[in-house]
Amino acid sequence: MNNHPVYTDNDPQKETITLNLGPTHPATHGVFQNVLELDGERIVSGVSTIGYIHRAFEKIAEHRPFYQITPLTDRLNYCSSPINNMGWHMTVEKLLNIQTPKRVDYLRVIIMELSRISDHLICNGILGVDTGAFTGFLYLMEEREHIYEIFEEVCGARLTTNIGRIGGFERDFNDIAFAKIRQFLVKFPPILKEFETLFNRNRIFIERTSGVGAVTAETALNYSWSGPILRATGVDYDVRANEPYASYQDFDFDIPVGTTGDVYDRYIVRNEEMWQSLRIIEQAMQKLEKEPKGVFHADVPEFYLPAKESVYNNMEALIYHFKIVMGEIDTPKTEVYHAVEGGNGELGFYLVNDGGRSPYRLHFRRPSFINYQMYAPMSSGMLLSDAIINMSSLNVIAGELDA
Amino acid sequence: MGTLSNQVVIQKLTARFADKISVPTEPFGLLTLETNAETIAELLRFLKEDKELQFNYLTDITGIHYPEQELAIGVIYHLHSLTHNVRIRIKVFLSAANPSIPTATTLWEGSNWMERETYDFYGVQFEGHPDLRRILNVDDMTVFPMRKEYPLEDPNRVDKKDLFFGR
Repeated sequence: MNNHPVYTDNDPQKETITLNLGPTHPATHGVFQNVLELDGERIVSGVSTIGYIHRAFEKIAEHRPFYQITPLTDRLNYCSSPINNMGWHMTVEKLLNIQTPKRVDYLRVIIMELSRISDHLICNGILGVDTGAFTGFLYLMEEREHIYEIFEEVCGARLTTNIGRIGGFERDFNDIAFAKIRQFLVKFPPILKEFETLFNRNRIFIERTSGVGAVTAETALNYSWSGPILRATGVDYDVRANEPYASYQDFDFDIPVGTTGDVYDRYIVRNEEMWQSLRIIEQAMQKLEKEPKGVFHADVPEFYLPAKESVYNNMEALIYHFKIVMGEIDTPKTEVYHAVEGGNGELGFYLVNDGGRSPYRLHFRRPSFINYQMYAPMSSGMLLSDAIINMSSLNVIAGELDA
Repeated sequence: MGTLSNQVVIQKLTARFADKISVPTEPFGLLTLETNAETIAELLRFLKEDKELQFNYLTDITGIHYPEQELAIGVIYHLHSLTHNVRIRIKVFLSAANPSIPTATTLWEGSNWMERETYDFYGVQFEGHPDLRRILNVDDMTVFPMRKEYPLEDPNRVDKKDLFFGR
């Protein structure tokens, strides 16, 4: 980086142009700044500046009870907030040794896979837009709307969901929610198929994406990449399979991998993951039929917030409500690392607990932050238009990048 | 879980590093041990390059602050052996006056930003880091905000004192 001769802007010898890509450029889909040195259309070098929407979540988390940290995790990867929420819940459950019933796990799997689909829909849709094809994006956005309607039915919110609680969900899924999931399972596959027909063997799309940003598996591992972009290089690392959480071991699904790690491979891997997510959701819906109805949280009254009506009418519930809200629950003094497969890769929560009402230290291992650091080095030598679609296919989410 | 038991890792590490590493603990099955700033570079290299262990994936680097300890600033590494699917956590504690530790960028390019983040929030000096600047906070910030002496709330508020919450 930066090994080309540096001239000031007014120096007549300066042959390159300094271009600010961002922080508010429409093609970056978020608040990132890259200061690029351009020789014609080719990028000579680049420097990434991040932190524009840093909100000090790790500091705030040290001052909040566990259940109040869930809304912070919403705002990491806001394209798939439920995965973050549940990843956090499962971290606390691991700390407190809470065993969730199978039905809770399956409900979680459904929601998490729906969010994975919505995350990949955005990424692949936008990739289409960046290569000049708006149609596919519009087809897919309608389906993301249906996913958000399911979230709305389950938790009342759409984007920053704050879904579930430590120990399970705050309420059971209603019939409308199940009906909407079933409808989605019927309606979505033909649309995804249509989207693939538009892009997969499209000459223009292949020419634009194939070979762009190709990364070897060694480099990707050296840069600690994870998620679809790592799998596109051929490494079959998926937290769902390596360290199954939420009963992922009960499901039958494939982990798609690519070969060259270029933008086209990432696109194909993400598309295939959507098909696999659909498979998982279908299996989960079948498994749910065999589980006892009405179970939506673990039976842990000392950690799970009781229902409001019982707080007003029941002495024990009132006590637990008070203790949980005031943070007077006993928690083990230990540390725990829990990882889930987020939309962009391994989303880790490192929690150090001192038995107080809030974590002593909470660190988010944010895949976007770690994946993005290779962007500037890998852009050197690329055409500017290639660098744009390369960024698009990394699917860097500003909220997760900056935390 | 993994195909490599924690016992094997402990044996290999004690054989190689003997008294330079602390007695390992295993919270939730994740092997955790402590070492010092002189040993960490060699330990990380050994873990990464050993043919049997192959901790080839750097999951995370982060910091922690225990103001009451003599060595107050901690740096915590999470490594992952993707071949064996085993994780390991290594901690190094440094004095708050001069928190200095060798960089891991010679082993993993990916540690670059993780170390910059740790520097940004805890002031840890990673010796040999190619570009140790602030990353998330503004460049002209003078403090290391995740250290415990910097409170989050307005200190004049009386309704949010920790002592009211059993702490």
